Amino acid sequence: MTSNEIIIDVKGLNKWYGDFHVLKNIDLEVRKGERIVICGPSGSGKSTLIRCMNRLERHQKGTIIVDGTELTGSLKGLEKIRREVGMVFQDFNLFPHMTVLENLALAPIWVRKLPRREAEEKAMYYLDRVHIAEQSGKYPGQLSGGQQQRVAIARALCMSPNVLLFDEPTSALDPEMIKEVLDVMISLAEEHMTMVCVTHEMGFARTVADRIVFMDSGEIVEQNIPEVFFSNPQYDRTKAFLSQILHH
Amino acid sequence: MSSQVKKFIPSPSSPPPIAARGVVHGLRTNLFSNLFNSVLTVLVVLLMIKTVPPLVDWAFTHAVWSGGPEMCDGSGACWAFVIDKARIMLIGTYPMEQAWRPLAASILFAGVVAATVSGRCKKRTLTTAWPVFFVAALWLIGGGAGLSEVDQSMWGGLMLSLGLATIGILFSVPFGILLALGRQSRMVGVSSVCVGFIELVRGVPLITILFMASVMMPLFLPVNLQINNLLRVQVGIILFSSAYIAEVVRGGLQAVSSGQLDAAKALGLSRWMITLLVVLPQALRYVLPALIGRCIALFKDTSLVIIVGLLDFLGMTKAASQDQLWLGHDVEGYVFCAVIYWCICFGMSRYGRSLEKRGPQTN
Repeated sequence: MTSNEIIIDVKGLNKWYGDFHVLKNIDLEVRKGERIVICGPSGSGKSTLIRCMNRLERHQKGTIIVDGTELTGSLKGLEKIRREVGMVFQDFNLFPHMTVLENLALAPIWVRKLPRREAEEKAMYYLDRVHIAEQSGKYPGQLSGGQQQRVAIARALCMSPNVLLFDEPTSALDPEMIKEVLDVMISLAEEHMTMVCVTHEMGFARTVADRIVFMDSGEIVEQNIPEVFFSNPQYDRTKAFLSQILHH
Repeated sequence: MSSQVKKFIPSPSSPPPIAARGVVHGLRTNLFSNLFNSVLTVLVVLLMIKTVPPLVDWAFTHAVWSGGPEMCDGSGACWAFVIDKARIMLIGTYPMEQAWRPLAASILFAGVVAATVSGRCKKRTLTTAWPVFFVAALWLIGGGAGLSEVDQSMWGGLMLSLGLATIGILFSVPFGILLALGRQSRMVGVSSVCVGFIELVRGVPLITILFMASVMMPLFLPVNLQINNLLRVQVGIILFSSAYIAEVVRGGLQAVSSGQLDAAKALGLSRWMITLLVVLPQALRYVLPALIGRCIALFKDTSLVIIVGLLDFLGMTKAASQDQLWLGHDVEGYVFCAVIYWCICFGMSRYGRSLEKRGPQTN
C-alpha cells in the first residue's frame, strides 16, 4: 500500500551541537503509508534525526522537505508542518494540569479552530481507539505509564496527522506495559499510517516495518527491508548491534 | 523437579496494625518521649501558668468595654478606647454622615471576595464582578454622579489599607507575570528593559519608591499635570511588588520541563498559545505558595504609606492613640490592629492552601 509519493525528504542533512557533529550527511526518503523503524546504539543520532523532521531541533546544513514544504526558519511553514506531523515522546509529555480529554481537545480547538464540542467528540473517538475512553476525566498523573503513552498517541491522532513520529515510545515503560502501547502502534500500522519510529523493539520492527534504518555515529549505516536486515546485515557494525540486542 | 506449573494466588490483604491511640499515648510520645522533652514540657507549662492567666485577666476579666476614658483605671485593657476610635481606625476622617458609603463598599467587597474564595463562581462572572466592584467602590467612596465628593485626604484607616492592597495585588500579579515573560523574551530589547526594571526596583527599599512617587515626582512634572498623591503611591506599590512577583514567576517558568514545550510545539500550537495554555498554568501552580506570600507581604507593606503622610489602618491607630483624652491606651489600639492584620493575612494564607488543593490530582 506504499505509494510513490514522498512525504518526508531528507537530503544531505548535517547537524552539530557546538563542535559535536551529531548528524552526518543523512539522506532519507519516507513515502506515504510507509512504516520506518530507526534503530541504533544510544548517541547515534536517531532521536535527533526525527526531532529535526518537525524542527524541534534545527539543522545547519541540508534540506528537509515535509509534505512539499521545506523546513526553514520561517514560522508560517513550520506551524503548517507541525499541524500535519504528529509526535509521540519517550516521556509522554502529557500536560499535567489538564484532564485527558482536555489534553486531546487542546490542539484541535486552538490550532484547527474546531468548536469545543466537535473537538471533544473527536477526542472521545480516538480515546476509544486506544481503549482508554473511560479515563477521559482523569488527570495524567492518575494514569499508569502505558495508559499515558496511549493517551499521548491519541492526542497526536486528534490532529489527523499525515505522519506520526515516535521517539522511543516504549523506553520509559515497565515491561508489562510495553505490549499495550505496541498493540496500538501495530493497529495504526495496519491502517497504513505513515510512521517513523525510533525504537529498540525489534519484534515490532520485524512485524510492521517496511524498512529498517540502522544508524551509528550520526550516519545511516544501512537500511533494508526487515527480512534482509535481520538475516543478512551488510556491515559488521550492524551485525554487532543485532547480536547485542537480539541475544540477551 | 515437577514440570507442572503452579497457580499463583495472591494472599489476601490484611489490615495495618492498629496504632496506639488515646490521650495517654499521645502525651507520652509527643511530650514526654525522653528526659529532655519532659523537662521542656514542664518548663513550657510553668511559663504558660505564669503568663496566660494575667493576659486573660488583662484582656477580658478586668477589661473595660464601654464608657469614657475616666472608666479605665489601668487594671485591665481599655477596649472602650478601641470602640470609641473604631470609626477613625476603619475609615479614617471620612465624614460621619457619609459613613454609609464606605460601609456599602465594604459589603460589596466582602461579597466579591466571598464569591472568589468559594470557587463556585465561573471565571467569567468573576472577571466582570471585580471591575464592576472597583467602579462602584470608587464611586461610593469618592463620590460624584449624584453623591457628594469626598476628598482623598479624608480616605484612611483599614479602608485605605485594603484598597491599596487589593488594587496592588490585582495589578501587580499580571504585571509581574508580564515582566517575567518579558525577561525570558528572545528580543534583547524587551528582556533587557525587564531585567533592568526588576533589578532597579529590587535594589531599592519600598520607602524610597514611596518617597519618589510622593515627593520627588511632582517636582519633575509640569504644574498643570498633577497626578494625585494616592494614585502615585498606589502605582509605586504596584511597581515595587510586581518586580518581586516577576522573579517568583520566573522560577515557575523555569520549572516547566522542556518536554512540555516539545509536546506543545509538536501539536502546532503557536508561541503565545504555548505560553498561555501550557507553560503559565503550570508555572503559576508551582509558585502559588510563594505568590501568596508576596501578596501577604504587599498587604503588610501598605502600612509604610504613613511615611508619605497617608494614614492607613496602622497610621490611624497611632493617630488615635495620641488623642489627649485617651492617652496611654496605644497598646489596646495596636493589639486590635494586630488581630485584624492577622485575621486578614491568615485568611489569605488559608485561601492559598485551598487553591493548592484544588489542582489536578495524582496518585
